Amino acid sequence: MAAANNPTLRELVEDFLFKEAALLDDWRLDDWVDLFTEDARYVVPTTDLPEGDPSRDLVFIDDDITRLRARAVRLNSRHAHREYPWSRTRRFVSNVRVEETNDGELSVASNVLVYRFRNGEGAPYVGSINYILRREGGDLKIAYRRAVLDLEALSWHGAVSIIF
Amino acid sequence: MEIKELIIDDRRRGIFRVHRSSMTSTDLFQQEREQIFNRCWIYLGHESEVANPGDYRRRIVAGRPLFFARGKDGQIRVFLNSCPHRGALICRRDAGNTEVLQCFYHAWSFNTDGELIGVPSEDAYGPYFDRSELGLKEPPRVEIYRGFIFVSFNPHVADLVSYLAGAKEYLDLIVDQAEEGMRIVPGSNKYTMKANWKLLVENSLDGYHLVPTHQTYLDYITGLGTDDSGEPLAPRRPGAARALGNGHCVIENAARNGRPIAHWHPLFGEDAREPMARARQRLVDKFGEERAYRMADTSRNLVIYPNLVINDIMAITVRHFEPLAPDNMEVTAWHLVPREESDAMLATRLDSFLTFLGPGGFATPDDVEALESCQAGFRATETAWSDISRGMLRPAQSADELQMRGFWRQWHANMQGLSKTDVQDGQPTETEAAVAAGTDD
Repeated sequence: MAAANNPTLRELVEDFLFKEAALLDDWRLDDWVDLFTEDARYVVPTTDLPEGDPSRDLVFIDDDITRLRARAVRLNSRHAHREYPWSRTRRFVSNVRVEETNDGELSVASNVLVYRFRNGEGAPYVGSINYILRREGGDLKIAYRRAVLDLEALSWHGAVSIIF
Repeated sequence: MEIKELIIDDRRRGIFRVHRSSMTSTDLFQQEREQIFNRCWIYLGHESEVANPGDYRRRIVAGRPLFFARGKDGQIRVFLNSCPHRGALICRRDAGNTEVLQCFYHAWSFNTDGELIGVPSEDAYGPYFDRSELGLKEPPRVEIYRGFIFVSFNPHVADLVSYLAGAKEYLDLIVDQAEEGMRIVPGSNKYTMKANWKLLVENSLDGYHLVPTHQTYLDYITGLGTDDSGEPLAPRRPGAARALGNGHCVIENAARNGRPIAHWHPLFGEDAREPMARARQRLVDKFGEERAYRMADTSRNLVIYPNLVINDIMAITVRHFEPLAPDNMEVTAWHLVPREESDAMLATRLDSFLTFLGPGGFATPDDVEALESCQAGFRATETAWSDISRGMLRPAQSADELQMRGFWRQWHANMQGLSKTDVQDGQPTETEAAVAAGTDD
């Protein structure tokens, strides 16, 4: 708990999250995937079951590193029609809270607002993203990324076609 | 334009066209409400969603706010979600469990049988005030077939099994895969498409679009080195498209991908091989090789007219769509699984769902894009007709469009106030036309 009050650690994590957001807004998806560990998991639960567990419940996304890489390949191609051409996005990351866990990992909570613009329309994805970050070499890596939407349904975008 | 003119169905020349005003006109949208959604059986939910006494779920179906609940007696009842007193929504959560539902406005209370059981200061009402007349209202017709709950606002609609016609056998083929019945997994995909609901009917059983629209999915499967390398235990047979009567329709294919019941694929991992072989053997023992082959080694995309899709493919998805406007619909999709399945097999099945299906999958977002793109294109009103002629002069294959024509013919008949799609104007059936054209091999 002491770490939660450590501004240096929080600034370190914030810098990391800001960098991640910039990579995603710039559609540098290969660089984004490189932020993950080999045993990483990326989960987006459904809007009606934010506590959903991918091993028991239906979720929107439950990627291991293989499917995460494939997701980047897909979104980089000309055939991910929902995102070709790419939408414009702008991410705002705030309310960052960091706790150091017993095994030296960082448990991170953040609030996220992503505006997505395409085909003359724009609307936000709003929610929270929780991370488990691990120190590998001198870098932070994402071992777990759970993005929970506050939306009641995908009423505006019709899909989670970008990385939320 | 007269409704009769909205479809060109020329079976001798093999031409089938739909006028796009059927997907843009507000007037026709209102008529659909009357002629179709107020007359047919409409899917509401699955009985497993209210597994225990007191469980309830609310939903919008055919424009009405409804909820369904399991009573203390174990019976499922469906109610219009509006207080008989002054109209407020009684059920204001999407799901829960309760013995009493109380309207928050004036605190009238109802039990899960729909009976009015509490009226504050009831002595203020006169002697003719009768609680028994003021219970929650139910839709005129409610029937359940093998766990699937349907409602109809047409008191004179045929019984559900008659209505399901040829689709009944396909529902059996899906439900019989489970030993102890099917259940809906917690969590649903709820998303909106700015497109006419009939475009999703077409898309849900459109074999023709798979390669161009879903190339990234196919590339992913190929990239894993696992394309089509499952082990079908019976020889491949060509896919088929069928109209099943009353507007229901289906395409069937030999499984290209793994099927959790019970067509192993390298994507599932070695650990799944043995349990899936056992599952398949169980199907053979119980139903015989032919039916077991269809259950395990073929997939099917089924439309139950007008707005329910059950796709039994790399997982089983149940998809209901509620038209909101000519160019807007809300889709809710669920995942149907056998109740008895082990944790490991369930995890495999859930994973199999996610690659292709759902708004975060590798395919569904591109379907959303395709349908919205069609709807946007419909604004070019001089391009007035959509063509749905594929395979019309041959025995229909699964990438043909006979199944869509079956849907559209029913729609066309209903919109003209007819309940059946009798062969019109003395034209041959599609099969007869194929024979006449000499292509019926």
